[in-house]
Amino acid sequence: MARRSTTYGRGGPFVYLVALAVVAVTLGPVLYGALGGFRTNAQLARDPAGFPDPWVLSNYTNVLGSASFWRYTMNSTVIAVITTAVAVLAGVMAAYPLARYQFKLREPLFMVFVLGLLFPAAVAIVPLFILVTRDLQLGNTWWGVALPQAAFALPVTVVILRPFLMALPKELEEAAMLDGASRVGIFWRIALPLSMPALVTVGVLAFVTSWNAYLLPLLLLQGDNRTLPLGVADYSTQYSADTAGVLAFTTIAMIPALMLFLAMQRRIVNGLQGAVKG
Amino acid sequence: MTRVTAAPASTDPGAAVTRGADAPRVTGRRRNTLRRQRLEILLFVTPALALMAIFVVYPVFSAARMSFYRWKGFGPMVDFVGLQNYLRVLADDVFTDAVVHNFTIVFASILVQLPLGLALALLLNRRIKARGLLRTIIFVPYVLAEVIAGVVWFQLLQPRTGLLERMLSSVGIPVPEQGFLGTPDLALATVFVVLTWKYLGLAVLLFLAGLQGVPDELHEAAQLDGASWWQVQRRIAVPLIAPTIRTWIFLSMIGSLQLFDMVWILTGGGPANATTTMATYLISQGTQRSNYGIAGAASVVLFLIGFAMAVAYQFLVLRRDTKADA
Repeated sequence: MARRSTTYGRGGPFVYLVALAVVAVTLGPVLYGALGGFRTNAQLARDPAGFPDPWVLSNYTNVLGSASFWRYTMNSTVIAVITTAVAVLAGVMAAYPLARYQFKLREPLFMVFVLGLLFPAAVAIVPLFILVTRDLQLGNTWWGVALPQAAFALPVTVVILRPFLMALPKELEEAAMLDGASRVGIFWRIALPLSMPALVTVGVLAFVTSWNAYLLPLLLLQGDNRTLPLGVADYSTQYSADTAGVLAFTTIAMIPALMLFLAMQRRIVNGLQGAVKG
Repeated sequence: MTRVTAAPASTDPGAAVTRGADAPRVTGRRRNTLRRQRLEILLFVTPALALMAIFVVYPVFSAARMSFYRWKGFGPMVDFVGLQNYLRVLADDVFTDAVVHNFTIVFASILVQLPLGLALALLLNRRIKARGLLRTIIFVPYVLAEVIAGVVWFQLLQPRTGLLERMLSSVGIPVPEQGFLGTPDLALATVFVVLTWKYLGLAVLLFLAGLQGVPDELHEAAQLDGASWWQVQRRIAVPLIAPTIRTWIFLSMIGSLQLFDMVWILTGGGPANATTTMATYLISQGTQRSNYGIAGAASVVLFLIGFAMAVAYQFLVLRRDTKADA
């Protein structure tokens, strides 16, 4: 539908001024970090506001050249991938019967996942720490962080996926069933491929949440197994005098999440809006 | 739901016919199918339920159990103390202050972020240039890790040397001696400002999505009747996105009650416990001082507060939405 343009809904100079101010406030800190990484500490102390003069690359090259940075990045990536894979697979498996089968316990079962939204990780964090490190002997491992994260990501995954699966046309599945396909086969060959867009949405959400997570990794991971947020936080307390180095490290650590967001923007946005509209 | 993508329509007219012919045979095998169906359901839901049981439900119950014992984290849990941990937690000024801080953030978010987010969403909903780009930019802070945003803000807020203080003093605004994060009276407000920077984008995005669902015709009709832009927003647009607003309030409340990362990075709960939250309290009791019973009791209190608020909100506010939908 072509939007008729009326003078009514268009922005005047005031609107653009506000928009500009919002952009400045929003991007200001990010730019400060990125530009700060190109300064020396002396420059930062002298003139933290303008453009770096001269531009110094050594902070960034130091971060990119350090083995621990790449180790943190790998840990973050592996943990996020495991979290996403487990959450999406277990989530879509659970959402499928909740969407497609008629059975007595269907709504109560769905309520279990809805209620799960209300359990913040913080409530369970201390016992979770004991469970993972002592009972499961998974302390300081990728799986030890990824499995609980996947469990906490499941409620939102199921809540987003179920309505999507319900809205898929039933005709294809029915036709396949007449051709003798089993329900499990239908799930793998028909329902899964058809729900790809929604799977990507919940996958991106789970990935970003895991990538940004702090509390659980903080308790469970030490030394070489730390993730990027932990690395950034520890670096900034250990080398607090090296502000430019901290800013460079922080800026580089931002890049993967930002790129993923820009690439997947529409899906993240849709997923969040879908979750809110229920 | 609005997210339904290209639905592959079944184009084969024969399919419908065959299905009709087969229907009676299917009912004949009904009992067998039922048993099979039960097995399939079990197969599908087991992984998710097992994960939730092990990593969500069990730890929550275990926190509740821990709260009745004095336990330092090693040996068997035998020193049963009844409600003593709860009494100690509730009598601990650090904890009650933490509850106050959490609720301050809850209400400040609603009082500040809601009008601000709504105003920005209304502005961005106008047909202005580069609207998509603006929306992307506003959402950027939300995507960053709280830790990473926190570290940058920590640098910006450094007393004396930080950019923010220099900017303020260069235009003649006095800055506190200990810096914004180091002054007990200002620390929580400063944390809140950073949180607003981080999370306003989500509010704007959700409200914008709601506003885009308001049909243009309504605006045009109101405009023909001589309503001003402001009147249209207040009487038509905002009431129409009220369900989205209520859901945002709910999400914001739950988030504010769980606040941890940003506080831990910016202040660690200080100065002089001016910014502790329930989550930072239970973490420092549990993992740093090994007062697991105290941490357990604090967890239960945190959960009960969150649960009570969620239930109350559901009954008082959100129920209207579900009723309206039905």
